[in-house]
Amino acid sequence: MSASTARPFHTTPLARLGWLALALYLLWAMSSLDFNLARFIIGLDNGAKFIARMFPPNFERWDLLVKGLTESLQMAFLASFLGTLISLPLGLLAARNLLPRVITWPVRIVIIGCRSFHPVIVAIICVKAVGFGALAGIIALTVASVGFVGKLFTEAIEEISMKQIEAVRATGASFMNVVIFGVMPQVMFRFIGFAAYETDANLRNSTMVGIVGAGGIGGTLFAAFQRFDYDYVFAIVLSIIALIMVGEVLQIWLKKVFRQ
Amino acid sequence: MTSGATPLSAAARPGTGDTWQRFTLAEKLARFSVYIAIAAAVGWATHSVEIIVEFIWDAPEQIADMGRRMWPIPWGFYPRGIHAALIETLNIAAVSTLLGVLMAVPVGFLAARNATPNRLINTIARFILVSTRSINTLLWALFFVAVFGPGALAGTLAIAFHSIGFIGKLFSEAVEDAHRGSIEALSAVGAPKLALIQYAYWPQVKPSFWSIALFRWDINVRESAVLGLVGAGGIGMALDTAINLFQWDRVALILATIFGVVIVAEMVVTEIRKRII
Repeated sequence: MSASTARPFHTTPLARLGWLALALYLLWAMSSLDFNLARFIIGLDNGAKFIARMFPPNFERWDLLVKGLTESLQMAFLASFLGTLISLPLGLLAARNLLPRVITWPVRIVIIGCRSFHPVIVAIICVKAVGFGALAGIIALTVASVGFVGKLFTEAIEEISMKQIEAVRATGASFMNVVIFGVMPQVMFRFIGFAAYETDANLRNSTMVGIVGAGGIGGTLFAAFQRFDYDYVFAIVLSIIALIMVGEVLQIWLKKVFRQ
Repeated sequence: MTSGATPLSAAARPGTGDTWQRFTLAEKLARFSVYIAIAAAVGWATHSVEIIVEFIWDAPEQIADMGRRMWPIPWGFYPRGIHAALIETLNIAAVSTLLGVLMAVPVGFLAARNATPNRLINTIARFILVSTRSINTLLWALFFVAVFGPGALAGTLAIAFHSIGFIGKLFSEAVEDAHRGSIEALSAVGAPKLALIQYAYWPQVKPSFWSIALFRWDINVRESAVLGLVGAGGIGMALDTAINLFQWDRVALILATIFGVVIVAEMVVTEIRKRII
């Protein structure tokens, strides 16, 4: 990039200093991760062995596999349903263009709190609270859904056109009427998109929370990994990928139906 | 109206009778079957999922017990046992974002139909994007732990590979949204491919590029906090140890630390976004 006129990223010496600092930090961070050639070569060797042991995928214990996948699927459905149901009112209450800060702030903190932990970490806490099994996974994924859909929904509401709101308000409508006739028609179609996206994300995460004992295929996967049954691991991974691909196709199809 | 396009296009269609209808019969049926399918799926899941009811009754007691064991939070333990792990987590997040971007940008260009007018290459690139994204970070981590042994390196590569799909997909969409004007102008004067990318595409996709990279870094900070559960380095290792030893007070301290970092990361992202985008 030579002397072009529009250079929004390199204008001030301070910004250049910032870039330098970032580059130095990245170099230091990389060196702290002790990556060296010897390790890489050993790694390649290990990797070859690992991959050799993965083939052919072993579907012998398919009953356990199907059971785990079904449970993952159930967890994903329930968590998405509950999560979107909860984030609908929360998203409304957190929108700063509709409500005073006194209400939006606490709700915003709840949403941020739900989003700040990875579902697997939430799952650990849930396993302690409600024991091993699908319930812990459902709660963990629901929390994650509330954090994600709640945030996006709030942002969608904050972007709406206020003209319709004012028009509805001018007729003397109550707050609920403003929401139903002024806000919802403007954001509902985006909400459906968020819900579809979240279902997809939950499907992915529902296959993982089992690592900490919160139900689904993840438990089976982790156990197989620790027993070095890499051919069974490969079978499970293939099934998970297939499930996620189906989820992605469904999501695209759903978007087509709702024309987004 | 923001949702404008939908009703207008339906209205322009030949109506099904004298009365105006927002959706055609086929659309109504499609929507209706989606609702039915959702209801059926939720019903089936509720009915058949295995939930042990005794555990639910026990939950309040367990939560109270957990709360008691978590309090007081041993802040003094932070410099000894957690600070180094936290720094490692942040390093993993930063380096993996960098690696992810480096790998994803070429793939993203190859996946964009306007930048690479070759259907076969597009399809291959898209397949790479979809498949890397389909494999969860934790799965990648398990794989790299088996290959490179436990540690931060496995975690970094895991997040980097998982990020390819996300960054590449959004980036290729940004490239596809680029205006054709400057691209055509440059190709008309016979500019080589690299010059096209540098002077026609890059200036147009630059804002989205930074926004995507920042967004991914924010996600990667969260992701790198769990990697330790499968032995791939970072603060998750400390968390895993504390949980296995039932040191709930340390668990609370680690969770508080993660919470703080995530909040700071989010504030940093918001601030940078405001300034440069």
